[in-house]
Amino acid sequence: MSTPSDHSPAPLLEVKDLQMHFPVREGILLRAKKSCRAVDGVNLTVAPGETLGLVGESGCGKSTLGKTIVRLYQPTDGQIIFQGDDLAHEHGADLKAHRRELQMIFQDPVESLNSRHTVGDIIAEPFVIHKMGDEAWRKKRVRELLDKVGLPANAAERFPFEFSGGQRQRIGIARAIALEPKLIVCDEPVSALDVSIQSQVLNLMLELQREMNLSYLFIAHNLAVVKHVSDRIAIMYLGRLVETADADTIYRAPKHPYTRALISAIPEPDPTKKKQRIVLQGDVPSPINPPSGCPFHPRCPHATDRCKAEVPLLRDVGESGQQIACHYDL
Amino acid sequence: MSAPSPDSFTKSAPILEVRDLVTTFDTDNGTLTAVDGVSFQLHKGRTLGIVGESGCGKSVTAFSIMRLLPQPMGHIAGGEVLLEGKDLTKLPPEEMLKVRGDRMGMIFQEPMTALNPVHTIGRQLSEVFLLHRTKDKREALRMSVDILDKVGIPSPEVRVGEYPHQLSGGMRQRVVIAMALACKPSVVIADEPTTALDVTIQAQILELMQSLQQEMGMAIMLITHDLGVIAEMCDDVVVMYAGRVAEAGPVEKIFASPSHPYTQGLLASIPRLEDERKTQLDTIEGMVPSLADMPAGCRFQNRCPFRTEVCAKHPPVDQVGPDHTVACHRWREIPSFADTTGNSPSEASAKKGHSQS
Repeated sequence: MSTPSDHSPAPLLEVKDLQMHFPVREGILLRAKKSCRAVDGVNLTVAPGETLGLVGESGCGKSTLGKTIVRLYQPTDGQIIFQGDDLAHEHGADLKAHRRELQMIFQDPVESLNSRHTVGDIIAEPFVIHKMGDEAWRKKRVRELLDKVGLPANAAERFPFEFSGGQRQRIGIARAIALEPKLIVCDEPVSALDVSIQSQVLNLMLELQREMNLSYLFIAHNLAVVKHVSDRIAIMYLGRLVETADADTIYRAPKHPYTRALISAIPEPDPTKKKQRIVLQGDVPSPINPPSGCPFHPRCPHATDRCKAEVPLLRDVGESGQQIACHYDL
Repeated sequence: MSAPSPDSFTKSAPILEVRDLVTTFDTDNGTLTAVDGVSFQLHKGRTLGIVGESGCGKSVTAFSIMRLLPQPMGHIAGGEVLLEGKDLTKLPPEEMLKVRGDRMGMIFQEPMTALNPVHTIGRQLSEVFLLHRTKDKREALRMSVDILDKVGIPSPEVRVGEYPHQLSGGMRQRVVIAMALACKPSVVIADEPTTALDVTIQAQILELMQSLQQEMGMAIMLITHDLGVIAEMCDDVVVMYAGRVAEAGPVEKIFASPSHPYTQGLLASIPRLEDERKTQLDTIEGMVPSLADMPAGCRFQNRCPFRTEVCAKHPPVDQVGPDHTVACHRWREIPSFADTTGNSPSEASAKKGHSQS
């Protein structure tokens, strides 16, 4: 996204050439001989009030990217510029100050809530960490937040196990918005929920975005869900972005062969629609031994010798800020 | 699935018929009825989808048919499961062993837990053949290599010597499919076969199931929560809600003119690729009541926008059209799906707002 100015004056978040490699320890001495290149040079921007959808299959590094941006991991290299400051190498008080404005919603609403704390304590914890307000003020805020996410006020005294999956995800959302952040990284926030509950939670997230002018980095594997909530979408494959465009363009005119295969593989809930499915052969390669050149070339129906040798970089195609990482215009 | 099956398939006697199946579980808090009077038929060469949300009883129905309910809590408390005319619920366990894996195969959701991690692929596959087809171990291994080849596993003669952890998720699911199809069963029950897989791998597995069905002619009962998978794979659909069948019929009818308010709500609440972005999605208010305190009468009544006093009574199963049934008192009075939400399912969700009130 080299041209953020097309979308908005200044990006809220700008990620530059971000890399997150994990050491792979082997042998008796557990020496790190290899590394797992989970995120391998990602560039992206998120504007204020915008939702950037991040789509990819399991193991493509999308969750790692999200967690690195909120600095749950220390990135190997690159920059995470949030409101003008580079978070990538910040520590302690500086980082804590930024975290007020940068929150996260997790996939599994069971594991991400402490089962021994009441819902009130869970939602008030951000205030405790950031030493905000007194007991009475915190209680009042918790009630307001519960109301905002559509839970009854008496939920504060109850424990997470007393709630259903959808309600638990609302608790996670209440905690994430408690400090009135600017950006929320949402890691598969509705994948664990049934469709009828999923739509309730998506509606809530859209409503909160309008009300609080939130930006979302919305990570998911379900393209229909991502397209519904996003302004722009980035497609990730094996640690790199292969295509970014505004949400409508990516669905109507995908240009990267992987994006095309991904979209054609989605089963659509309409039996009258007979699609031409592009079935990719093989599996996603391991990020420990990524293929040479273009990471997609072993599965790409159009791969040439150039694809095996040369890594394609994101380049502009079309008018609307669409970018692909492919050597060819297919 | 797509190729319209010849009419002879529909009209022939069903291979599998479930009649008024009731399955209960004994718990510390008394007996819970997970499946309450479910009936449907499965025909040769056709695919029947069972769709519903978590806890609706779709997996319990499958495990009841296979007689694989957790023991000693799970019981089939009533009804019949007729496989080629023979009632499986009455079979002694030894007889059931001969049916399972031979006449009926099952594909499980999680291929890692469905396979034994300490045995090689070849040994696990051979077991099926040794139980049902041959006494000769070498013969069984040869048959295993053949079936692995058939499900598209490259170099099967090497793979038979490997362990499940050495295969990717998609490959493991192919092994599970090979095991289910080993003895050319007449019925295959697939319980969320692609839910644990990525979309591009899901596409491979669905395509494999379709081509094997065309070749072997088995009937597939496909359990899923994904309406997209149902639309692509199935000829007929059963929509389950809270242990009962809400609506059943041919896939085109269910998607184009759903008659049950639950089916309508379900179809309206999924985000679709062609929708306008960032609009309010339709929702079904509230959530499924717990099995312990189901309302009397219609089980959808607490979430239904069309509820009246009559819903406190058990809804009758009405015929909407040929092979299309619905369990709702008021299906004739409620606005049709096309009227409330636009003309086609695709336009349906473009017109947002609470369409059904």
